[in-house]
Amino acid sequence: MLKNITLGQYYPVDSVIHRLDPRVKILLTMAMIVAVFLVRSLVGYALLLAFVYLVSRLAKVPFRLIIKGIKPLRFILILTFLLNLFLSAQGNILFQWRFITITDQGLRQSIHYSLRLVFLVLGTSLMTLTTSPIQLADGMELLLSPLKVIRFPAHELAMMMSIALRFIPTLLEETDKIMKAQMARGADFESGNLLRRAKAMIPLLVPLFVSAFRRASELAMAMEARCYHGGEGRTRLRVLKLTRPDLWASLAVAGLIALIVLEGIVLPKGWLL
Amino acid sequence: MSIELRNVTHVYAEGSAFRSVALEDISLTIEDGEFLALVGHTGCGKSTLVQHLNGLLKPSSGQVLVDGQDLHGEHVNRRLLRMKVGLVFQYPEYQLFEETVAKDIAFGPKNMGLGADEIDRRVRSAMAQMHLDYQKYAERSPFELSGGQMRRVAIAGILAMEPQTLVLDEPTAGLDPHGRDRILGILRELHEKGTTIVMVSHSMDDVARLATRVAVMSHGKLIATGTPREVFSRQDMMENAGLRIPEAARLCQSLRQRGVPLPDGLFTLEELRTHLSALWREAHPC
Ligand SMILES: Nc1ncnc2c1ncn2[C@@H]1O[C@H](COP(=O)(O)OP(=O)(O)O)[C@@H](O)[C@H]1O
Ligand SMILES: [Mg+2]
Repeated sequence: MLKNITLGQYYPVDSVIHRLDPRVKILLTMAMIVAVFLVRSLVGYALLLAFVYLVSRLAKVPFRLIIKGIKPLRFILILTFLLNLFLSAQGNILFQWRFITITDQGLRQSIHYSLRLVFLVLGTSLMTLTTSPIQLADGMELLLSPLKVIRFPAHELAMMMSIALRFIPTLLEETDKIMKAQMARGADFESGNLLRRAKAMIPLLVPLFVSAFRRASELAMAMEARCYHGGEGRTRLRVLKLTRPDLWASLAVAGLIALIVLEGIVLPKGWLL
Repeated sequence: MSIELRNVTHVYAEGSAFRSVALEDISLTIEDGEFLALVGHTGCGKSTLVQHLNGLLKPSSGQVLVDGQDLHGEHVNRRLLRMKVGLVFQYPEYQLFEETVAKDIAFGPKNMGLGADEIDRRVRSAMAQMHLDYQKYAERSPFELSGGQMRRVAIAGILAMEPQTLVLDEPTAGLDPHGRDRILGILRELHEKGTTIVMVSHSMDDVARLATRVAVMSHGKLIATGTPREVFSRQDMMENAGLRIPEAARLCQSLRQRGVPLPDGLFTLEELRTHLSALWREAHPC
């Protein structure tokens, strides 16, 4: 039933990449996203692909798992490709039939746009597969903490994020259990028209909300009982420290960006897209 | 109606990093009219097993046969069969959702497509069976009841479907002694009236008092079945499975070690009391 949903797709193994500082990983992922937009030719995409493959090997994450991240996006990808292909009027006409016109620039653009999307997903998958949600929240908090001077609630935001992340699997489990319990009472979640299906959700949603509120109030009580009073003066259990691999990872990404920029300058325009 | 598990294996999250084998090659037949207790340490797969009995989970391999018919065969109406095997989940009070107790209990019968009169009859009868006074509780909101009452309402919701087999996953977990005795008493009544009962339990004392047969699980495997007497006499096996024998049996053992002449295989407090008072009367004739 719900077993196909993988929220927070963390792949729990121990590797150099997993051990990198989450702050560094977030920043490097952002840098890689920028790099994707600098690519001018297929050579650049090949470089990116090689980089993703290399990192996946280092991270001991199966490459196909990273590729699988594209699957939910396939319709958006096809749509992006087709829209760009048919709707751009500039450039030399390659093919014309009734109202359909395909130009060389349109083709180039649609390939670029779809590949950019693909690499955006691959880059972020690489990060979420190798960084646990809690680490991500930690990293975000620290990266955002300079904004505290302008009263940005970095700690509260990160705390809310980690609590939410912590409870996603619990709530999914709970949903699965209540769903089964109601099915044992003959509830039917799968057939009927939209209205009937919406109505069939009531026996699922009411208990789910009741339990979510109960959990929330219990958690709040437990946190207060342990003297939680916000982020001020709070130290951390996991102290993040930059290590040598973090430096190497940064250098690797810097090298990748340099290569991509170089590729844009060196290769003659129009060569391989 | 007989339910037969034939070489059932169940694997959660197959093909992922979280793969876990919860059941391994389980073969077990639930006979008509018996009171089967399913015992085993936490995480040994009891809840997984009971969810196979009404087709909520599909075995990764093996078969579940209901009256000889494969529950996951091609032309089987699983929803219909599901209604013949009433499954009460652990903490069933968390499934309550209606405005009133009566409406909540009516949810199952309604899904069966019964008429209004029949539904009303079943709601009343299920409430009576669960010792819930219709006048007092029918129009109350289930969310303002006590934990034990909520649990009885939830079980009534399953009973109202009049299943031939009632399967309960730890029905007394988290209840106070009073609420727990009440539920166990009701189960005994239901069994005496002919309902087949399968109960998951952690209390060997309850099992000793109620069950006609015990199935012992350990790490996803079925390691023993038999009458309570047979199973509880194999203390080593029970200990290997991470279980204790009933309190009365342990008391009986230590009394025998100190020379009190008690027979073998006493495992309920009632039996022990009878024997001890007989011994007392022998020793103190007056
Ligand atoms: N929905 C699930 N997904 C993955 N693993 C599960 C799931 N439910 C149970 N398990 C695992 O299966 C094993 C048996 O669980 P369960 O049947 O709940 O045991 P019991 O009821 O005897 O305590 C446990 O190791 C548990 O972690
Ligand atoms: Mg269980």
